[in-house]
Amino acid sequence: MCTPRDNETWLRDLQACGRVQAEAITDLRGFLLRGLTRSFQARGDVDQAFLEDMVQQALVHILAHLEQFQGRSRLTTWATTIAVRLAMSALRRKQWQEVSLEGLTAESELAPALALDDTASPAQHTEQHALFETLRRLIDEALTDKQWVALTAELGGMPLEEIARRMGSNVNAVYKLLHDARQRLKRGLETAGYTAEDVRSTFA
Amino acid sequence: MTLRPEQAKALLERVMATRDQEMTCDACLADVAEFVEMQLTGKPLSDALQAVQAHLDRCHDCAEEYHVLRQALEALAEEDG
Repeated sequence: MCTPRDNETWLRDLQACGRVQAEAITDLRGFLLRGLTRSFQARGDVDQAFLEDMVQQALVHILAHLEQFQGRSRLTTWATTIAVRLAMSALRRKQWQEVSLEGLTAESELAPALALDDTASPAQHTEQHALFETLRRLIDEALTDKQWVALTAELGGMPLEEIARRMGSNVNAVYKLLHDARQRLKRGLETAGYTAEDVRSTFA
Repeated sequence: MTLRPEQAKALLERVMATRDQEMTCDACLADVAEFVEMQLTGKPLSDALQAVQAHLDRCHDCAEEYHVLRQALEALAEEDG
């Protein structure tokens, strides 16, 4: 367990020199490692060396960006968000390294087709197809190729940062690209007379 | 590509839940430490922090990170009594 510190003390100690800073770094390192170990222990794809590497990277980042800590949470909580982000990014990169955007979106030049829903009644089936045909038309008419590729990759489960990496972009830009795509589709569906409730009941 | 009905439903619901203004992933990361502490202590969320919840409802990556973060903090709190 690390020495109890309030935020002010953490900041002072982490920015100090010599033994005081070394002790604070050791304490923070221990806190982050315990937290990551507990939250990742159930995963089979993570070992202790990986977690120690992530904590080390997080410490480097935290020490270089202490001025970004605004004091709206405990410093240890803020530091944990950074360590978790780094660890999750590394895991996603590893998990998706063999998957290309082209492979995932091989048929993305075509608007999607709807598989038959065996559980739907004939009337519901007709409604599903009508709604889906409207969506297909809107995808063709309202989305750019880039938006459709990103949307398809996202539907395929690819994390945004992996989509961004393959597009030579960043997560925020991809999020905005997808947000704009969803807005266009939403406006089109609303113009065609569909509401959120229609969607829910059609596919219930 | 062929969408299964549950994928089509998820896509359409996601589309219909779109808001004009949505928080980006970086903005979510900047606020999530405060958000998780409020959640763990059961304190009410400010409007700004409600935007974090809305982002987590839409963004799988950020929601996944939030889950791991919360697990870590809960485990540490349990250990430290």
